Amino acid sequence: MIRFILRRLLSTALVLLVVTFVLYLLLNVALDFFWDLRASTSPNIAALYESRTRLLDLDTPAVVRYFKWLAGVGGCVVGQCDLGIAWKSGQEVTDQLQGAIVNTIKLITASTIVAIILGIAVGMISAIRQYSGFDYFITFVSFLLYSLPVFWVAVLLKQYGAIEINNFINDPTLSSWVPIILVCLAMGLFWMGALGGGAKRRLITFSAASIITFATIYYILASGWLQQPSIGIVGIIVIGAGAAVVMTFLSTGLKNKRVLYATLSIAVIGALLYMPLQYLFYYVEMNWLWMFGLLIVAIGVAVAVGLAFRGPDPWDTVRTTSFTAIIIAFLIFADRVLQGWTEYSNDPAINNRPIATIGASAPNMDGDFWLTNLDSFTHLLLPSIALILISFASYTRYTRGSMLEVMGQDYIRTARAKGLNERTVIMRHALRNALLPLASIIPVDIITMIGGAVITETIFGWNGMGKLFIDSMRQSELDPIMAYILITGLLAIIANLVADFLYAVLDPRIRVNA
Amino acid sequence: MSTNYDNQNSADLDEVGDNAIEAKETEGLSQGRIVFQKFLRHKGAMISIGVLAIVALFAFTALGVGAIPGWWQFTHTASGPVVNPGGAPTWSLSNIFSPGQHPFGQDEIGRDNFARVMKGTQISLVVMVIIGAVCLVIGTVVGALAGYYRGWIDSVLMRITDAFVILPVIVVGSILGVLVGGASGPMLGLALGAILWVGLARLVRGDFLSLREREFVDSARVAGASDFRIMFKHMLPNAMGVIIVNTTLIMSQAIVLEASLSYLGFGIQPPGISLGQLISEYQTSFATRPWLFWWPGLFIIVIALCVNFIGDGLRDAFDPRMKTIPSWRKMKKAERMAQKGAKR
Repeated sequence: MIRFILRRLLSTALVLLVVTFVLYLLLNVALDFFWDLRASTSPNIAALYESRTRLLDLDTPAVVRYFKWLAGVGGCVVGQCDLGIAWKSGQEVTDQLQGAIVNTIKLITASTIVAIILGIAVGMISAIRQYSGFDYFITFVSFLLYSLPVFWVAVLLKQYGAIEINNFINDPTLSSWVPIILVCLAMGLFWMGALGGGAKRRLITFSAASIITFATIYYILASGWLQQPSIGIVGIIVIGAGAAVVMTFLSTGLKNKRVLYATLSIAVIGALLYMPLQYLFYYVEMNWLWMFGLLIVAIGVAVAVGLAFRGPDPWDTVRTTSFTAIIIAFLIFADRVLQGWTEYSNDPAINNRPIATIGASAPNMDGDFWLTNLDSFTHLLLPSIALILISFASYTRYTRGSMLEVMGQDYIRTARAKGLNERTVIMRHALRNALLPLASIIPVDIITMIGGAVITETIFGWNGMGKLFIDSMRQSELDPIMAYILITGLLAIIANLVADFLYAVLDPRIRVNA
Repeated sequence: MSTNYDNQNSADLDEVGDNAIEAKETEGLSQGRIVFQKFLRHKGAMISIGVLAIVALFAFTALGVGAIPGWWQFTHTASGPVVNPGGAPTWSLSNIFSPGQHPFGQDEIGRDNFARVMKGTQISLVVMVIIGAVCLVIGTVVGALAGYYRGWIDSVLMRITDAFVILPVIVVGSILGVLVGGASGPMLGLALGAILWVGLARLVRGDFLSLREREFVDSARVAGASDFRIMFKHMLPNAMGVIIVNTTLIMSQAIVLEASLSYLGFGIQPPGISLGQLISEYQTSFATRPWLFWWPGLFIIVIALCVNFIGDGLRDAFDPRMKTIPSWRKMKKAERMAQKGAKR
């Protein structure tokens, strides 16, 4: 295994080396290093040309310059990085990169995770309901998403997802109820298609989903929730109990009372811990390490509760309670973040326009851990949606395809024949095997995401790698472009390796021959 | 009397349902014929072909090509007096049958948006077709050679594929776009085609690797056929499905890629014109003149969606495992008929 990884690493590193070399030479031809001097009428124009040539070392052949650049990169191994300078601004590339890498990774990780979860869920349902109206609808939507240019969506998101929503938050008057009723009916139809069943069950699902959506929207509008969004203890109890029931349903089925009681007691424990945690959050300055520690504690409690309830298959119980605990921990976190909403939107730096369209964080904004996080989330919202829309479609299509293939296998028939219920067949036997090939498209998708991030970051002014690349291209700055190519290349190689490794570990049929 | 009639009818339908379709599909038709018929039955693809044909027809006839003038009264560069306040479209739902002078509106200096969008569509379509053609030729030839001869050409191809696994297409595309210098559509198409063929070559290689082990290749070789003849006369027709389907899918990618590059300013640049370039030029006027933003975007989506659906239809048609599934209504009808038959 180690030999396999080393070999892969070596061969991709070589490829990266060749790619940087070729692109370096190409860029030397493509970029115009004197673009700002072309229209200049300055009397000392010759001297300016001369000094630019000296600054960028243009008298040296490009091949030699590449190896000089490579030597600078090689310095990173011994801790003396020299990636050159962005000549237009005079900044060191290493300085430019510092914030940019973190920002891009933040954006891409958030979008990838959400896209994978949504894509798998929708793709799975679409496969189970093959050739139904729901399936055709999802197929159409995924083709539509494939065809959408991301920059077009981003401009629309800015207009309707930020400007109009912010206006609405400041002045929540509805001009008509028609769109809301349409949304409710659409939700009803969606859930009806997704849950399926006979005519009677479909009718019940449809009306329940429509009414619940309507009630939620009505509550949000009537109670002024948009001005002061919060979850509160009531929300935590209701959503926590709902999560417990849903997780139990998905994992073992509601008939398994022992697991149901275990997850419900997790919800109760979460609600009981709500107040003490508020005190903790109030008196102790928080950071991500604390958050991580608390999450570990939550999972520990869940494992303990799961083991206490045991049941015929204790591992099942533990797994279900752990997932429930993660959801509830996330809820408490979200609740605490949202508590800062009023303070946040009244902040002069925000000026009552909470959903941001530009940048990765509000300038002149300082607050504690919670406030900076809230700020970060409101900025993350729109660019992530734009990125999720790109890759959601491919995950849906892929999950659907591989799920359909698995559902036709003999072992699925065997599982049904021995009397397992449909939920077990799908969740235990089909889904797990259907997800295996996904490991091989995740790296491809991450590359697509990085490419999509180039456009998204440019439009939303997100100071990440993609924006750095585009800005440098526009300014003809060679060194930052090369740094971009190097670092995204490295990120992609790592993502590929992780996916290969996961695939080999998850699927025993894959033989690694070094 | 009537029962008798029903009975006969249902028996007929049963036969039609079970045997006739099966028989019709295998009734001495060539593989190409079967694929073509399956494709014709794919509703989404058929509608898409129609829509795409109409869009292309409008785009090419409205403004003409090269020196040949079109039938539309304005050109994409001429500015005229602004008709509606702000240049708003003269075409709306209330007068849907009389589009007026500027159906898609005008921009701030009075250029006709319809003419601009049509010209942009024309160039975007040309770029798309060129990219498709370049990929088809290079991808097929390189993939075929790599799969047939293996050896060094194969390893070089696989290393090039690796290169595209580590860099997003849009990054390499924008570097190439700058290299050809915001040139004309065909140049950009050639440049982008030069990077997009890799995926197709890889798939063709895979197909050829398995095809070269088949008996018909051996027998062709025994019969004394040259390598060239074996590859392009015997093996290529067997790989046609992969090639056609993936070229179509590349073309749907290509149109969005061209639009994105032009949007970023590394593709087609003014005074050149394309759908992406139009959006790039007008994005700041979204709040004041939304029609300048909506129309080019709509055309990008329509073209990409149509090409995607055609690709899907082709994939279904070439897939031997794919069976035509009767619609829900037809299944219900057949079920009812069967029950009626059983009762008697």
